[in-house]
Amino acid sequence: MFDLGDLYQQVIIDHTKSPRNFGKLEPCSHDAEGYNPLCGDQLHVYLQIDDDMIKEVKFEGQGCSISTASASLMTEKLKGKSVREFEHLFEAFHEMATADMSEKPDEETLGKLAVLAGVKEFPSRIKCATLCWHTLKSAIEHSDKAAKTE
Amino acid sequence: MGMPCDTEAIRSDFPILHQEIYGKPLVYLDNAATTQKPHCVIDAVRHYYEKDNANIHRGVHTLSERATADYEAARETIRLFFNARSKKEVIFTRGTTESINLVASSWGDTNVGKGDEILITHMEHHSNIVPWQMLCERVEATLKVVPMNEAGEMDMHAFETLLSERTKLVGVVHMSNALGTINPIRTIIKQAHAVGARVLVDGAQAAAHVAVDVQALDVDFYATSAHKMYGPTGVGVLIAKETVLDAMPPYQGGGDMILTVTFEKTQYNDLPHKFEAGTPNIAGVIGFAKAIEYINAIGLDAIAEREKVLLDYATQKAVAFDGLRQIGTAKDKACVLSFVMDGVHPHDLGTILDREGVAIRAGHHCAMPVMQFYKVPATARASFSIYNTEAEVDALFIALIKARDLFA
Ligand SMILES: Cc1ncc(COP(=O)(O)O)c(C=O)c1O
Repeated sequence: MFDLGDLYQQVIIDHTKSPRNFGKLEPCSHDAEGYNPLCGDQLHVYLQIDDDMIKEVKFEGQGCSISTASASLMTEKLKGKSVREFEHLFEAFHEMATADMSEKPDEETLGKLAVLAGVKEFPSRIKCATLCWHTLKSAIEHSDKAAKTE
Repeated sequence: MGMPCDTEAIRSDFPILHQEIYGKPLVYLDNAATTQKPHCVIDAVRHYYEKDNANIHRGVHTLSERATADYEAARETIRLFFNARSKKEVIFTRGTTESINLVASSWGDTNVGKGDEILITHMEHHSNIVPWQMLCERVEATLKVVPMNEAGEMDMHAFETLLSERTKLVGVVHMSNALGTINPIRTIIKQAHAVGARVLVDGAQAAAHVAVDVQALDVDFYATSAHKMYGPTGVGVLIAKETVLDAMPPYQGGGDMILTVTFEKTQYNDLPHKFEAGTPNIAGVIGFAKAIEYINAIGLDAIAEREKVLLDYATQKAVAFDGLRQIGTAKDKACVLSFVMDGVHPHDLGTILDREGVAIRAGHHCAMPVMQFYKVPATARASFSIYNTEAEVDALFIALIKARDLFA
């Protein structure tokens, strides 16, 4: 049986209590808003992308522990990565959060993000962990937003 | 009547309560979402499918006659419970949501026009907001909202000010699912009628806790759901005045709601069948009536008395709990303890409590404007019922301490 400790690992508690890269990024090249109506999690992510490189990434919003920690860990991971690397990480993260229990997460790719692997034992919480990733993806895909701040 | 509730005996009527969740006894405190079902309701539904299942109002064979008789007997049980004038005033629906949509469509489209106003309150469930918004959009009417105070009580002074001869209907929740507040519907109805407005009361939460006499209240429309009163899901009722229903066009067209059909013209069936198109949830209606018999056997007075003791017990603990903020502290409230806690998001509370066997609801409770009013994204909500015990309230607060410690 999986217990609460698998979900609320110390790293997650730490990132909940002091989220990294929290706040607005102004100006930014990309941004998007994410919302999970089930629990009211609201998230705004901001990116500065130059030459396909994520130079800066921040987030703000209100959310549960899992969504806050996930966003915090994500921003930490993505700073300095290329858009292609983001896409690769997005796939790996998504896979980890939704794959069946027996599968080991791709720790080599995910690194610290693997602490969120426990969410798959808590089906109602998977969306909390993936919200920030989807929000960031939509920020990047909406390049019209990029034009806004040029 | 007047007899105290025997909680142990009541608990033994509800088979689902006797199980463990993650090795801990189930503590079910999500009764405002849906209540559990006693044996007698489960047995009535099973009996129907095992012995009597047939379509109603359209067969001459024995099973159909039995099913029809049971379905119509259920209508009488429900009529009596709400003291409707006749069975014509008792319309079965899928639940509160459908009952309200029926009124917004059928009554609304024919009685509300450009420049008219619909008045609701700040504490409505989405199902008593959205159908009126949709109506207002269709007919170019205006939706007005009665504010509430910090305690979560309707501002009756503002209500009087907002009421005018432009007001065509007042929609008000009898008991708020997000706050527990019980609204003074008798006064509201009187004042609304004085300006010629109709009143729809959303009784989804109230009907299992508060006695409702639609004649004494003089309410025009009363909507509720069986599943929050120990009955099956997907069935409910709209109780409305016959005179009002008579003047309303059908909501849906189909079988059972007609007398004769030709391609040129259809003659509609009499009340209540005019509003019951298609094969209804027959088993659900039969189970609904059984649930009402169950409530009657204990008595609503005894239920209300017992639930008040439980709510007071829980409220005392909540007040004493460090870092807990109650959402909804109306003087007149029932069965709902909605709260937020410093440092722990409601959604995390929900998950942590679940691992302790304690089922609560975390979220906006389909009342987003209430969340906006209190400036919280969500609340945790424990809601009580007749089968809950003080020991279960204790279990809730022990689990809350665990949650607080986890994030300390
Ligand atoms: C106050 C209130 N109104 C309406 C509803 C909707 O009831 P149903 O989903 O049974 O149609 C609910 C149920 O959550 C409620 O609590």
